[in-house]
Amino acid sequence: MIRRVLPHGMGRGLLTRRPGTRRGGFSLDWDGKVSEIKKKIKSILPGRSCDLLQDTSHLPPEHSDVVIVGGGVLGLSVAYWLKKLESRRGAIRVLVVERDHTYSQASTGLSVGGICQQFSLPENIQLSLFSASFLRNINEYLAVVDAPPLDLRFNPSGYLLLASEKDAAAMESNVKVQRQEGAKVSLMSPDQLRNKFPWINTEGVALASYGMEDEGWFDPWCLLQGLRRKVQSLGVLFCQGEVTRFVSSSQRMLTTDDKAVVLKRIHEVHVKMDRSLEYQPVECAIVINAAGAWSAQIAALAGIGEGPPGTLQGTKLPVEPRKRYVYVWHCPQGPGLETPLVADTSGAYFRREGLGSNYLGGRSPTEQEEPDPANLEVDHDFFQDKVWPHLALRVPAFETLKVQSAWAGYYDYNTFDQNGVVGPHPLVVNMYFATGFSGHGLQQAPGVGRAVAEMVLKGRFQTIDLSPFLFTRFYLGEKIQENNII
Amino acid sequence: MAAPWASLRLVAPMWNGRIRGIHRLGGAVAPEGNQKKKRTILQFLTNYFYDVEALRDYLLQREMYKVHEKNRSYTWLEKQHGPYGAGAFFILKQGGAVKFRDKEWIRPDKYGHFSQEFWNFCEVPVEAVDASDCDINYEGLDNLLRLKELQSLSLQRCSHVDDWCLSRLYPLADSLQELSLAGCPRVSERGLACLHHLQNLRRLDISDLPAVSNPGLTQILVEEMLPNCEVVGVDWAEGLKSGPEEQPQDTASPVPA
Repeated sequence: MIRRVLPHGMGRGLLTRRPGTRRGGFSLDWDGKVSEIKKKIKSILPGRSCDLLQDTSHLPPEHSDVVIVGGGVLGLSVAYWLKKLESRRGAIRVLVVERDHTYSQASTGLSVGGICQQFSLPENIQLSLFSASFLRNINEYLAVVDAPPLDLRFNPSGYLLLASEKDAAAMESNVKVQRQEGAKVSLMSPDQLRNKFPWINTEGVALASYGMEDEGWFDPWCLLQGLRRKVQSLGVLFCQGEVTRFVSSSQRMLTTDDKAVVLKRIHEVHVKMDRSLEYQPVECAIVINAAGAWSAQIAALAGIGEGPPGTLQGTKLPVEPRKRYVYVWHCPQGPGLETPLVADTSGAYFRREGLGSNYLGGRSPTEQEEPDPANLEVDHDFFQDKVWPHLALRVPAFETLKVQSAWAGYYDYNTFDQNGVVGPHPLVVNMYFATGFSGHGLQQAPGVGRAVAEMVLKGRFQTIDLSPFLFTRFYLGEKIQENNII
Repeated sequence: MAAPWASLRLVAPMWNGRIRGIHRLGGAVAPEGNQKKKRTILQFLTNYFYDVEALRDYLLQREMYKVHEKNRSYTWLEKQHGPYGAGAFFILKQGGAVKFRDKEWIRPDKYGHFSQEFWNFCEVPVEAVDASDCDINYEGLDNLLRLKELQSLSLQRCSHVDDWCLSRLYPLADSLQELSLAGCPRVSERGLACLHHLQNLRRLDISDLPAVSNPGLTQILVEEMLPNCEVVGVDWAEGLKSGPEEQPQDTASPVPA
């Protein structure tokens, strides 16, 4: 009789009886009920998140001292240095909000991964030098107990920049500045170039600068994952969501010349979850804009740029996404193992990839040829018409090559002077920028992260003085032009 | 190989449970079977207590600090006794051996003591350095690069010599003729690429480098890069698979009409 009552397949023997079957006829999902009751009891016990009503583990916390918008290499670097430089362990609560955890469009993962010190501005050179020493000692900076050490796959092959007749004088003065700052760069004449790299065609080259140390390329994804892992072990919270709104308060103040100025302070950040209308208002003290190519949107949300043009209120953040292509090709008779990253006089660049005669490179388009940044589709005709002829001219072996693949990524391009924006906004007093590096954000990320953390924690730049990179230069019109942008 | 690289490929071996692992860190890559080691008590407790994690972190930092201490730059010694004396002292302190020109090899004994008589002839340039099994790292190379007339350098089995260190060797290009990197666990083909500055190199030993992904191909590329150098250590046919056995064809016989 008991067997008749038992539901099919549940009884495993004569003596298994389920509670309630004695009365017969019950088709309760008793198993499910019991496990639910067990779950509820467990959630009441200490050590578990007590959420009897609804599960909010995917939402960010309700309060956070610092909210970093953007989880790329710059955002994670700021998070790391905030935690490293805080005065007491656990003093600052940091939340990193990243819209896309697969980083499918983030500039970091799509980057070519080069690092070089051959810039014209001393600040850029210092940032790159610090980043090189950071990468060199990365397993001391980002060491996590019980985790395997990071293998950045760094190629110390250096950068070779070629200059034509008219750029030779500028290159010489740049190299002088670089040497003053401590970068090891050597100048080469066309004869020396031919001696060292016989595969190069030195037609049109008057001078070349070759980085001997601390320059090369590495795996940006490894750096990103290493930073992420370390930052999580230091207690930084991550959230996948999109920042849709800032709730701020304004205060009208008078300057010393009795001019009225409206200062804004952001109080809450609304983080919206993916594919849903659910959002969480996060109360915060400081917001860091490290959103890369989309920084201008975040700045617009905070009200930066809403005002009559020509005033400080009306100055927008001049960072916009610019699409850049990278092509990978195979050339069996190409340059050998010692090839540096060569940047041609025309702006085309290439470097070796791996052991198997594969190369990758590209070229920055001119202002007229700028592709539409709405998507990351690759234009293969661009390689045929605008990149290959220059490459084939510079390296005759590249006349026969076969393109294997290509991808596109965004530069967070600063249309004002192609240099980064670092530091607080003069009117929105608790928004700090770490964006706009126009293609060299990855190589300057450790230095910039430290600078922003110093600004947030101590109120001024301590190690590298990045005051020329503040936002106010857009209003004052002080361009700090960087000439060596690849 | 097309980017974006979607997964993190970690080549280096897992941390050993014991804190001494900083030296073992550079050891050969452990095969997959050894990954499931017994966890030590400290490792087990780390997952439950922040204090234990902080303690292990501190011990790790202390290990790294010890290596840094060993690789200090002896600028004061250099002022007193010149670059050759300071460089020789550094090597001998680390446990390596030094040979001055026209003199015998000076080696420390098993207790680490070495004869101090080389201070008398520290104007004589150092000709050869044998730094096998030493803890030289990037900063320690400062002392080594002062030896401008160095002809032979042996960095065998140095666990802290990596690609960054190799990129620093170019100041020795005029004199260096022999270089041995056998058994260095952190040297990969990327570091070997920057040896092209050393145009006077006549003998290069790159055997037993576990971090090099394709030893045979690397050997060929390095030979192409340094045409005057004898590159030793890897058989270029290593890693090539032999094809299926074929019946020997008699190609000399005429085609039947």
